[in-house]
Parts: sequence; structure tokens; C-alpha cells
Amino acid sequence: MTKEHDEANNALVCSGNSSRCAQIRLVASDPEVYEPCDDSFALVDALLAERANLVEFKPNLCMEIGCGSGYVITSLAIMLASQGRTGVHYMATDLNEVAAQVTCKTLEAHGVHAEIVCTDIASGLDRRLVGMVDVMVVNPPYVPTPEEEVGCHGIAASWAGGEHGRRVIDRILLVVQHLLSIRGWFYLVTLTANNPLEICLMMREKGYESRIIVQRSTEEESLHVLKFWRSKDSPPQRESNTANASSDSSYFTLPRWAFWRGR
Amino acid sequence: MRLLTHNMLSSNIKGVTNGFPLQLEVEKMVVKEVAFNGDFLKNIFPKIEWKALLDAAVAMGCGDLPENAEATMLDNEEFLRKFHHALLQLHLEEGALICPETGRRFPVSKGIPNMLLHEDEV
Ligand SMILES: C[S@@+](CC[C@H](N)C(=O)[O-])C[C@H]1O[C@@H](n2cnc3c(N)ncnc32)[C@H](O)[C@@H]1O
Repeated sequence: MTKEHDEANNALVCSGNSSRCAQIRLVASDPEVYEPCDDSFALVDALLAERANLVEFKPNLCMEIGCGSGYVITSLAIMLASQGRTGVHYMATDLNEVAAQVTCKTLEAHGVHAEIVCTDIASGLDRRLVGMVDVMVVNPPYVPTPEEEVGCHGIAASWAGGEHGRRVIDRILLVVQHLLSIRGWFYLVTLTANNPLEICLMMREKGYESRIIVQRSTEEESLHVLKFWRSKDSPPQRESNTANASSDSSYFTLPRWAFWRGR
Repeated sequence: MRLLTHNMLSSNIKGVTNGFPLQLEVEKMVVKEVAFNGDFLKNIFPKIEWKALLDAAVAMGCGDLPENAEATMLDNEEFLRKFHHALLQLHLEEGALICPETGRRFPVSKGIPNMLLHEDEV
């Protein structure tokens, strides 16, 4: 593609409200694939709230585990491209073959690209991709269910999370620690039943700090989008800027821990 | 599937110690134009297993890459163009990836490699 082409494409993406994320009418679907829902929107809202940070962060490699319809990875690619961030490589995995195909269609319909691999979490990528992922996004199967529903084929794998909804999340956490680059950022959707406080504490033991980017309650569930990054002594980049981008973001500090239990 | 992805994949079968690189079985390949970005290439170069990329490119019918590559070559525009083409523009649409140790075939369909394992392989 020539430079002119590129700019024309960017202009196209930038015009109108559609510039910020994937358009629902262009998201491909299939009865076997998870449709964008409140959790998907919460995750994309979190990424939008972080957009200025992400643009400045200049990620080389962004990855999603469990891409489903492709709504999230497509939105991330559009978001960064519309801000002139080119030369970013996107990857996504899903256990569900149909989801992998649907994600390709969604990406194509929006004129962006990601490499898709059909696999369990990041199996097959975990050796060579160690320490390479700058931005990882995950909306995992988090619903508490009987163990036998976890990881089955088709749509049930989209939500089935086993005990406390943590069966897949806990495996993902281990893989993500392995794949994340030293400066890497990790965004994770959780449900209150998943015990996000405990997740943050577990990650802290591994040297990661965390904060809540988005917090949202519906009648059925209370969702949090958490962000993790490897702790340095100094706070992460441009904290002050995220505050105005997202009014509901809050630091994850000690006194706030009490609030998890209240829900 | 781009050859960059091929370069990041290895056989995940339980007990396999030498699962990289996977061999390419090419049924259908396509060239897709990708915007050139020299900085991306320079960033990713240290992570690339050159021999695996070279062999994969040859399997895809592209014999343009030099036998060996080192960081100093990244200042050479002609080299960068070839690297760009092999790494990002050659796509395996249909075919398979073969485990070098067991010969297990991982199918690639509609450009998507399938690394899912059977129960007895996990
Ligand atoms: C809650 S859905 C999220 C889909 C999409 N990212 C979104 O936000 O709309 C979870 C996705 O993870 C996939 N998934 C479940 N277990 C997985 C695993 N072990 N490895 C990879 N993907 C998995 C499911 O197939 C499903 O597409």
C-alpha cells in the first residue's frame, strides 16, 4: 500500500463517530460465537479511556486471548490507527474455530488486520512469544459454572468459567505473565464473583501493579476492567491524563480494597 | 497467516522438545499488500529466527532473502523491502504446519492455523 493510500484510509477511519471503535453493524456473527455484550463494551470503553496512553505507549505487538466476534481487537486496531499509530502488529487467539473465522471477517470489514490463531489460550505461541506482547486484552469466560462446562466446544466455552469463574482466568494469568513485555500492559475483564481483589493480590506477588479502569454494574452482574503492569518504583506513564478520560477510573489502593467485599 | 506468525509458532504437543520451526505445507498462498514500516521491522528483527523465515519464504516460492542476516543490514533499504515482503506480505491461506519431531499436521484453513490438540497430545 502506498503512503497516499494509507492516509486516505486513515481519513476514512477518522471521519464520523465510527472512528473510535468497531461498528456493530460490521461485526460478523454466528450462532456459535459470542456476540459483543456489556463485558465487551466495558473492555472497549476501558481501552478508549486509555487511548491517549496507548498512543503514547507505542506498542509494537498487541494481542487478545479469546477474541470471539473480533469486536475488541478490531476496536483496538481502529483506535490506534485513527491516531496515526501505524506499524503495530495485532494477534488474537480463540479456542473456537468459528470465532477465529468470524474475527477475520470483522477485521476485514473494518479494513484492519490481525493474525488469528485457533488455540487454547496461547498454546503453540508461548515459547517464541515470551516477553514480546506490549498490550494484552482479555475478556475471559468468567461465569461460575460446573467444571465440566469449561472449555467445551462452541458457544458455552464463551462464558463457562468453572468454580468462581476462575478456571480459565487463572490459566490465562500465568500465560500472560510469560508473554508480556517488561513494559507491557494487561487489561482484564472480571466479575465480582471472580474475586478481583484476590486476582490483584496474586498478580502483585508476581510484581504487577493494578488499577480499575472501568467499573460497571448491571442487574445481573458487576464488572470491572482491571489494568496490570509490572511495577517500577515510579508510577506508570501519564496517570494524570487517564483521570479526565474516564471519570469512573480509580486507583487501586489499600483503603479501596474494602469496596470489593461490599458487592 | 503471515510468516511472522509462523516464526512465532512451535509444536505444542506434550513431550515434544524440538517443536520449532514447523514445516510449511503450502496448498494456497496469497500476497497481500501491507503498508511498509521500517521501524516495525527494526523492532521485530532481533526476535526473528532467520533460518526459519528463510526456509518458510522458500516454501512459499520466494527466494529473495539472503542466507544470513544481521542487524547492520537493517540500514539497507533493499534488504528491508525483502524482509517486509517475506515477513508480512506472504500469506499461507490453505495448507498445514508440520511438527518437525512427530510429523503431526496442524491444518491452516482460511489463513488460520489450528493448534488445538487432541486429548492424548496435551
Ligand atoms: C466472553 S467471550 C469474549 C469474546 C470477545 N473478546 C468479546 O469481548 O466480545 C470469551 C471468548 O474466549 C474464548 N475462549 C474460552 N476459553 C478459551 C481458551 N481456553 N483459549 C482461547 N479462547 C478461549 C471463547 O471461545 C470466547 O470467544
